[in-house]
Amino acid sequence: MDKIFTISIYSENNVGLLNRISAIFLKRHINIESLTTSQSEIKDVFRFIITVKVSEDKVKKLIQQIEKQVEVIRAFYHTDEETIFQESALYKVKSSALFEERHIQNIIKESHANIVTVSPEYFVIEKTGFRQETDRLYQDLAPFGLLQFVRSGRISVSKAKMGISEIIKNFKTDN
Amino acid sequence: MKTKEQIASQEVQSDSIKISGAEAVIRCLLAEGVDLIYGYPGGAIMPVYDELYKFQDKLNHILTRHEQGATHAAQGYARTSGKVGVAIATSGPGATNLVTGIADAQIDSTPMVCITGQVGSHLLGSDAFQETDIIGISTPVTKWNYQITKASEIPEIFAKAFYIARSGRPGPVLIDITKDAQFDTFDFTYKKCKGVRSYKPVSPLDTHAVTQAAELINQAKKPFIVWGQGVILGSAEEEFKAFVEKSGIPAAWTILGLSALPTAHPLNVGMVGMHGNYGPNLLTNECDLLIAVGMRFDDRVTGNLETYAKQAKIIHFEIDPAEINKNVSVDVPVLGDCKESLQALIPLVQKKSHDQWLGRFDELMKVEVTEVIDKDLRPEKEGLTMGEVIVSINKHTKGDAVLVTDVGQHQMVACRYTEFARSRSNVTSGGLGTMGFALPAALGAKMGTPEREVVAVIGDGGYQMTIQELGTIFQTQTAVKIVVLNNEFLGMVRQWQQLFFDKRYASTEMVNPDFVAIAKGYYLDAQKVDKRENLDAAVAEMIASDKPYFLEVCVEKEDNVFPMIPTGASVSDIRLK
Repeated sequence: MDKIFTISIYSENNVGLLNRISAIFLKRHINIESLTTSQSEIKDVFRFIITVKVSEDKVKKLIQQIEKQVEVIRAFYHTDEETIFQESALYKVKSSALFEERHIQNIIKESHANIVTVSPEYFVIEKTGFRQETDRLYQDLAPFGLLQFVRSGRISVSKAKMGISEIIKNFKTDN
Repeated sequence: MKTKEQIASQEVQSDSIKISGAEAVIRCLLAEGVDLIYGYPGGAIMPVYDELYKFQDKLNHILTRHEQGATHAAQGYARTSGKVGVAIATSGPGATNLVTGIADAQIDSTPMVCITGQVGSHLLGSDAFQETDIIGISTPVTKWNYQITKASEIPEIFAKAFYIARSGRPGPVLIDITKDAQFDTFDFTYKKCKGVRSYKPVSPLDTHAVTQAAELINQAKKPFIVWGQGVILGSAEEEFKAFVEKSGIPAAWTILGLSALPTAHPLNVGMVGMHGNYGPNLLTNECDLLIAVGMRFDDRVTGNLETYAKQAKIIHFEIDPAEINKNVSVDVPVLGDCKESLQALIPLVQKKSHDQWLGRFDELMKVEVTEVIDKDLRPEKEGLTMGEVIVSINKHTKGDAVLVTDVGQHQMVACRYTEFARSRSNVTSGGLGTMGFALPAALGAKMGTPEREVVAVIGDGGYQMTIQELGTIFQTQTAVKIVVLNNEFLGMVRQWQQLFFDKRYASTEMVNPDFVAIAKGYYLDAQKVDKRENLDAAVAEMIASDKPYFLEVCVEKEDNVFPMIPTGASVSDIRLK
């Protein structure tokens, strides 16, 4: 049965690696639901967080193919229960809505969203949380006219230990 | 496993000298023990060619007639010599012409380093003349690739490239070098690469898995070994033979594993797969233990996975973790170098013989001989068969030649019937099925093992895909023996059209040129045979020659290759006609 898996990849930070990793999904006709890349907890080690909706058997094989890449240090997959994860969303709304519609202030307050900036023409709200929370805020704000909306890919940390520092330390002792 | 040269050159470390990037490329190749490369010059790689001119006494460059030929020649060289093959080309079309050979090397695990020129770094992304994104294009078909934009990166990247290409499961690596990086000068020092922190080429010996494997092997009543190229790539032929002999287990090969165990070995029961032997395919679904050694359960080997060896426990000796459970779920995966794993396994295996079980293979072989092999090798009809040509080649090479094949009917027939006495004697395009592979690969194969007889057996279709390499063979006077089995058809496709498309022969019939005249146009000795009585003398003359030689044999137009497992069918549904 297909479900959402979070793939975490620790890698070298090299030009072209993103292409190499996305090619693994492309070759198997698997759609990437979201992708985030950033610096990891270790200096010079990069981290990818990719979410896909596939079967467990398929995600295992994806991990094998990802780990096969020379510049990938380790790759893991997790279910939602095994990770702490969040997404961020930004909502750009006309400023007139904020001042003329009292209701919108309640929406912002109840959803624990933050106002990032206010200008005479527009204001920007930021909300970090689960998909259903940013979705709900989207639905609540939509009637007031969203000028722009964008949501980030999932960011996630695993509940279990990743052990990347040990791998790097062992490499240094072996070589 | 490292060759002597690899160990010797490991210590090479030049003192720091100020040189150009282009010269650094040559010095890196020399430091890696390379003395032969294949390629084709062009604008963006000219600085490197200029250095090749200066170093021509140390580094031999073979000018192929097409960049694709350079890659296949490098592959042929790598497959017979065990060294890394090197191909070099310019940017744009030169680089894209390498892609088929790179993809072939990737799927058949052939160590190869490809070097391409690139437009100057200030022009990257500007759609400059002969600019192409070869890094993007080659990413899915390389083990690793890298674009060098600074001369100072050259030593480290080359060291890494050779290390990655030859270690673990070998494969192709591409290095793209911008023209300015070739011109710029820097302080050159070279240090061999001994490891890359994100890359683990070989897992350590798994003694627990080896013990488990030994237990299953000792308990099995009807065990069956299928081996692949891993035995050859891991230089594990001796260990493999010792394991087969001690355990007394019948062993069959995949097309890339061919020649790792001599043809005449009593436990060598033949080929598995689509056009493999009858017994090995049928008994895959009867054995109680399947021991896979250095093979990857390709669909041409397994047929329908739903019905593949379901009754058997499976042990998989494999170097690449991504191959474990990829196509077939295995009971005992033994990750690591098969040479090491087999060494550990042999003392744990009981000495046995499985005479009754082996007898089943003999019985089925008798059926195959009557139904298929007699007709192929001892035909009573007038037209020549591909099989009898192979028999004649066996006779005159005393069963000890290197066989290079292309793709199609002739490939299956040649691999089924050629006799092999030693390893690294079969060079073919297995995984990718690249028509046009054989002629340039034969050139490289001969250069990789110049003392041996190299016979290329090619169909009339594939031959014409890279026929221009006759020019390279002529220019280098490389004594390859070229046999074209001409049935005036794209035979394998025609066979499928006959069997599965009601004989609708869409675009498979070929009106061919005078192949002998073409070979003679390249000043090669050549002849054509179309009658049985002339075959043996012609093959004898070809093998006796110490020069390149071309032999065209006109064979029956509509012969088919059997046995055959239709696509998607089970191995036990193998057809004899």
